[in-house]
Amino acid sequence: MESPILSVEDFSAYFANHCVLRRVNLDVPRNKVTAIMGPSGCGKTTLIRCVNRMHELVPGARVSGRMLLGGEDIYAINPILVRRKVGMVFQRPNPFPTMSIYDNVIAGYNLNGMRLAKGERDRIVEESLAKAALWDEVKDFVYRKGTFLSGGQQQRLCIARALSMKPEILLLDEPTSALDPKATAHIEQLMSELKEYVTIILVTHNIAQAARVADMTAFIYLGELVEFGPSQKLFTVPDDKRTEEYLTGKFG
Amino acid sequence: MKVASGEAARAKHDRTGSGENAFRGALYVAALSILVLLAAIFLTLLVDSMPSIKALGPGFLYGRTWDPVAGRYGALPFLVGTILTSFLALAVSIPFSLAISVFLGEYFREGALSSLLKSAIDLLAGIPSVIYGFWGLFVLVPVVRAIQIKLGVPPFGVGIFTSAVVLAVMIIPYSAALGREVIQLVPCDLKEAGLSLGATRYEVTRRIVLPYARSGILAGMVLALGRAIGETMAVTMVIGNSNFIPRSIFSPANTMASVIANEFVEATGKTYVASLIQVGLLLFVVTTIVNIVGRHVIKKVSVEI
Amino acid sequence: MNVTVRIVQDRLFKVGVALLSFLALLPLFLILYYITRNGISSVNWRFLVNLPRPVGESGGGIANAVVGTAILLVLSSVVAIPLGIAAGIFLAEHRHGRITYMVRLAVEVLQGIPSIVIGIIAYAWIVLRMGKFSALSGGVALGIMMLPVVIRATEETLKMIPDSLREASLALGVPYHRTILRVILPAGLGGIMTGVLVSVARVAGETAPLLFTAFGSPYMALNILKPVSSLPLMIFNYATSPYPEWHSLAWGASFVLAVFVLGLNLVAKVVTRKWKVQF
Repeated sequence: MESPILSVEDFSAYFANHCVLRRVNLDVPRNKVTAIMGPSGCGKTTLIRCVNRMHELVPGARVSGRMLLGGEDIYAINPILVRRKVGMVFQRPNPFPTMSIYDNVIAGYNLNGMRLAKGERDRIVEESLAKAALWDEVKDFVYRKGTFLSGGQQQRLCIARALSMKPEILLLDEPTSALDPKATAHIEQLMSELKEYVTIILVTHNIAQAARVADMTAFIYLGELVEFGPSQKLFTVPDDKRTEEYLTGKFG
Repeated sequence: MKVASGEAARAKHDRTGSGENAFRGALYVAALSILVLLAAIFLTLLVDSMPSIKALGPGFLYGRTWDPVAGRYGALPFLVGTILTSFLALAVSIPFSLAISVFLGEYFREGALSSLLKSAIDLLAGIPSVIYGFWGLFVLVPVVRAIQIKLGVPPFGVGIFTSAVVLAVMIIPYSAALGREVIQLVPCDLKEAGLSLGATRYEVTRRIVLPYARSGILAGMVLALGRAIGETMAVTMVIGNSNFIPRSIFSPANTMASVIANEFVEATGKTYVASLIQVGLLLFVVTTIVNIVGRHVIKKVSVEI
Repeated sequence: MNVTVRIVQDRLFKVGVALLSFLALLPLFLILYYITRNGISSVNWRFLVNLPRPVGESGGGIANAVVGTAILLVLSSVVAIPLGIAAGIFLAEHRHGRITYMVRLAVEVLQGIPSIVIGIIAYAWIVLRMGKFSALSGGVALGIMMLPVVIRATEETLKMIPDSLREASLALGVPYHRTILRVILPAGLGGIMTGVLVSVARVAGETAPLLFTAFGSPYMALNILKPVSSLPLMIFNYATSPYPEWHSLAWGASFVLAVFVLGLNLVAKVVTRKWKVQF
């Protein structure tokens, strides 16, 4: 197997003295969709927020252990650089309300003061929106504000915004929980298309969704990585009893 | 494969500046400077009134004569003037501001009439104080003079009464706004419980709503009082500029604020100027205490509700 | 008690409340009426463009007061807006903490300080140092009065902006200062602008802090190190003078000032409505 894009080694995360993730070991393969699932409060969102170092924004938060992105220790370099390589899409769509669709997509560059030639900018915007399956729907009015779009469209705009930075990993934090079933299906379809360009880590509490889209699935319970493996296997013949109990709805 | 667009830009910006620390520092300095400003204001008042504090001692507060020419600086006339005008203004304003609070908070929460009244109240609050004073001087004073003639008292026209009336109009918006907010927050189910027992709306308002909103209404009044105490221009123009302790509500007088306005520019001599600044210090302390008390009550009320 | 009596009482109360409420507005109408009736006849082009003439001469105007007010407002804005917005951002970003608590308290105290005391302060800090009255000292005094309103408006506006906006920007690798300056602040611009406009309207009508700082001047002054006139100062001086010609000038000036201040408040209301950002 080729080298994993993300290696999580003996990783723990804390809010002050409260431990939310306990010695997680995980290798995320390239260009695949990896789902992280588990009941509410199990630490799955904390895990991905550690990948793009957003966890440490909370006062009193700390981590121990290592996370290697392409061999490089994430916690040894400036967090801002990490966040440029790792994109994130949030639970509720959050396009920047004062910017047009165009400016939203290119926001990562604009806000960082990175100058681009107009031609290059146009290309990035079109490419990102196309990858997010939104280009055809908005190409005639990219200069209008993004807030009048539907929920599903707004979320795809946020995906395009993250993609424009050409990240190596795209973190999706329950991206469809605020969307209707049709929009949800759209985005799930998108995920399988996107893995060609970027590695996807998806946090979800929706077991069926993980089963539908993920190549690999990790099950986290009470801060511990209980099981990790190909989705096929995990959903049919899981190794750990706790995984089985979660899948059959014994707790949720 | 050609270089992905934007990569050059991203590569160039993969150093991060120290702009971040400078920014956070600037915000911190800005916040601290507010504290420094307030401390500096208090200290300046204190230090610059020292000559007077030293020379006059506590006699300043209960001295009845203010006669700079003779070197006598007793501030009691101004204390009395301030207390009389402010409390009288509060008393006059209470029925009106209460009525407005009940009207907007209970009877007409929304709708055209409500917006009209709200806008009018905002206008009232927006009129500059010097215009109030000007109007008071030319329109109210003749009226008061006529009243005084009818009553057989000296027809000054200006004085405590006139100032109190002008002040009352000026402070109505403040207590009315706060009163309205707390009345609106009274839980519906309490009112409905009262109505379902067969009480009229008046009875529910009087015995359930108002007592429940009592603290908030009181806080509004305290804040309005603070505003009245510190008000300068309107009072200066209609209070009559007399440095004697007022004998009746129709006497001319001076408040702490108006004596400073009237005399500061012409004051000469260290003690004179310092004593006026001491009046300012007193004014500062009094209004601060009143405001803090008022806001404290508001916070307690907000927590309860 | 008899039911009929209670019903009558109820009706009376409602009527009484309505009556008192609108009675309270009577002074408003009276003031606006008198200003308009007495003032509007004085207001013409020459009134706005001429300087005041000595007593007895006709044709005086308020040009220097208008310009002076403008100068003072610019000075006070320069003092209050950058500092006020910065402090407001700090308070919105650090919701809890001792410094925040103390600064909030300080802002409340500042807001309650009588304007004449601020005048004393500006006098002590600037007029005494410079040895003379000046627009600068007046501008500083007005700026100190504007500060609490600007800080409050900034803090309240920014507190209402959802956290997700900040997170979205940070997740794109945008550093903190750019996130605030280019995402959060623009999103809150409407509320902040409203606060600025309201505070400007408030200090435009202030007289007391200028009595011994800007002091007033019969001349057109464009030098901020010299005394300067302002509309409220002029109204005060003319209204309390014994000359009827000056009284009519004061009415005219009151009309102009009232239109300006109430107009600004109106603009502020429109800004609040139009710049509402959807989240």
